[in-house]
Amino acid sequence: MNLRAEHLSKRFGAFAAVDDVSFEIESGSLVALLGPSGSGKSTILRMLAGLEAPDSGSVWFGAEEATHLHPRARAIGFVFQHYALFRHLTVEQNVAFGLDVRRVPKATAARRARELLRLVGLSGLEGRYPAQLSGGERQRVALARALAPEPRLLLLDEPFAAVDAKVREELRQWLRRLHDEVGVTSIFVTHDQDEAFSISDRVLVVHRGRLEQCGTPAEILDEPATEFVARFVGEVNVFPSVVQGGAAVSGGLRAQLGPEHPPGPARLVVRSYDLKFWREEPGVATVERVVPLGDRVRVHAVVDGAGPIVAQFPRRSSLLRGIERGCRIQVEVTTARTYPPEADNP
Amino acid sequence: MQRVEPLGLSSLPTETTPLPPVSHSHTWASVGRAALIGAVLLYLAAVLVGPMAALLLETRSLGFGQALAAATSPAALGALWTSLLLVAIAVAANAVVGTCAAIAIVRHRFVGRGLVSALCDLPLAVSPVMIGLAFLLLVGEAGALAPILAAAGVKVVFSFPGLVIATLFVTLPYTVREVAYVLEEIGTSEEEAATTLGASPLQTFWRVTLPNIRVALGYGLLMTIARTLGEFGAVLVLGGSISGQTQTATTFIHDAIEERQLEGAYGMALVLAATSVALLLGLEWAKARRQAAHGKATA
Repeated sequence: MNLRAEHLSKRFGAFAAVDDVSFEIESGSLVALLGPSGSGKSTILRMLAGLEAPDSGSVWFGAEEATHLHPRARAIGFVFQHYALFRHLTVEQNVAFGLDVRRVPKATAARRARELLRLVGLSGLEGRYPAQLSGGERQRVALARALAPEPRLLLLDEPFAAVDAKVREELRQWLRRLHDEVGVTSIFVTHDQDEAFSISDRVLVVHRGRLEQCGTPAEILDEPATEFVARFVGEVNVFPSVVQGGAAVSGGLRAQLGPEHPPGPARLVVRSYDLKFWREEPGVATVERVVPLGDRVRVHAVVDGAGPIVAQFPRRSSLLRGIERGCRIQVEVTTARTYPPEADNP
Repeated sequence: MQRVEPLGLSSLPTETTPLPPVSHSHTWASVGRAALIGAVLLYLAAVLVGPMAALLLETRSLGFGQALAAATSPAALGALWTSLLLVAIAVAANAVVGTCAAIAIVRHRFVGRGLVSALCDLPLAVSPVMIGLAFLLLVGEAGALAPILAAAGVKVVFSFPGLVIATLFVTLPYTVREVAYVLEEIGTSEEEAATTLGASPLQTFWRVTLPNIRVALGYGLLMTIARTLGEFGAVLVLGGSISGQTQTATTFIHDAIEERQLEGAYGMALVLAATSVALLLGLEWAKARRQAAHGKATA
């Protein structure tokens, strides 16, 4: 089922939580709603679920308008951030809940619940109570419970935020495999870019209630549409600059852009891994710190007339030769992007 | 969001002022602990155990047999029966009204919600005697509602309905408070989960909300029972303590003391005390059983 949201808006008092957001999601895909906390991504998800009513705009499930459909009539599965398992019911009863309330015969519901628990790898825990499970196990029970009534849309609100880092990575890959196996259209909310990029087909980047960009992970990484997206999806350096003759200049820093760029002021955004440093007198910058980070090394420097800059290199990179605290270096920008100098940019 | 950290910020030397060493003596700590526990025990002995023991000893010096006989006299049994009837009514009414009011206050937003919430606490703040007096002014012979009640042929003051009104008023806060607190604590996500899974509002209530508030409701009702059995001022003013009609267990004790019939007073007091202990034990048992059934799950 294709999902379409048109001009969704939602205010909480004077605060515009979601502001004119439109998107379309293809049937069977796994989509991430990515944004910092408070960006409105959870509110968008809750409006798709019917748990929050939009002030304006509409939601379409295929050709059916679902804007004012009661959540129980939407045939969706919702996985809550803190699982929201029924604490007084066993794991099996939790999973069978969506079938029981639809008056599916007890035996059928129990069989389906056990089937789903096998699918999520929790066979043998049917009789446990939620309090007796680990975070990762609860998360999988919540998923099995949401999938039991065979929803046409699966919505997950920060599904892995409450489990520890190691389990999280495992659960991510597992969710991707499960999605491919079940094939249900799924949308999950996350503030973690790695999570969004590692498992989703498409990513919607949300900021201050607005949709900043919508695209495949590669599109968003390679062609960030706004300065916010560029800053959000990687470690970047931002400088106020002036474009002239197809290059952006900020103090001693010069980034070649291409002749199509119109002259004038612009925000220059350079990713930390799109830089080359080498030792040179007099150079344009002074190295302040060299920080080893496992397989990479981060170099902090100050560019004359432009300010601090951060670059990352592979640990064994030849670019690091001779780079040490206090030395003068030349800086080359291999790839850069410019954005309009808007005053309200973060 | 990963951002470039300002240069040098994390390399700033952190200035630490050396703190004076903390003097830490196990001996003093254990003396302090013993003093605290001792003080609490002494206090409990003074306000709880002492009076109860005195009651028991006094009853023994009169003779348990006589006290029992006085507490099972027709008048005493009548008073006890009236109290139990009030308990049954208060429990039934508060179970329904308390739950509904708590859900309304916590889960819904309506004009005057704060006022309703505050009104539910009012009986805790106001003296029962004053409450009785206020009702007397409303439904008494010269009260504002007197003509309507007279026309309907209902007698409230110095009759059983008066006792019921007094009891319902003073017991109103307990279930509302307990249930509202737990509803607030639990939040809405389990109920929302039930809704997205296709449960109707009624199914959500019976299958999700009620099991979650059950223990709180039980506590609230226990306090309702205790308050009903113990209420004195309001039922005296509105009921008048007419033997065989509107006399309750507490007003029976009061009247017995007035009439110097100490056996009856002590006997009834012991019956009430035993009932309270039984109620407490019953609830503890129910709680323990529930926790055993749910593993580590807490109420």
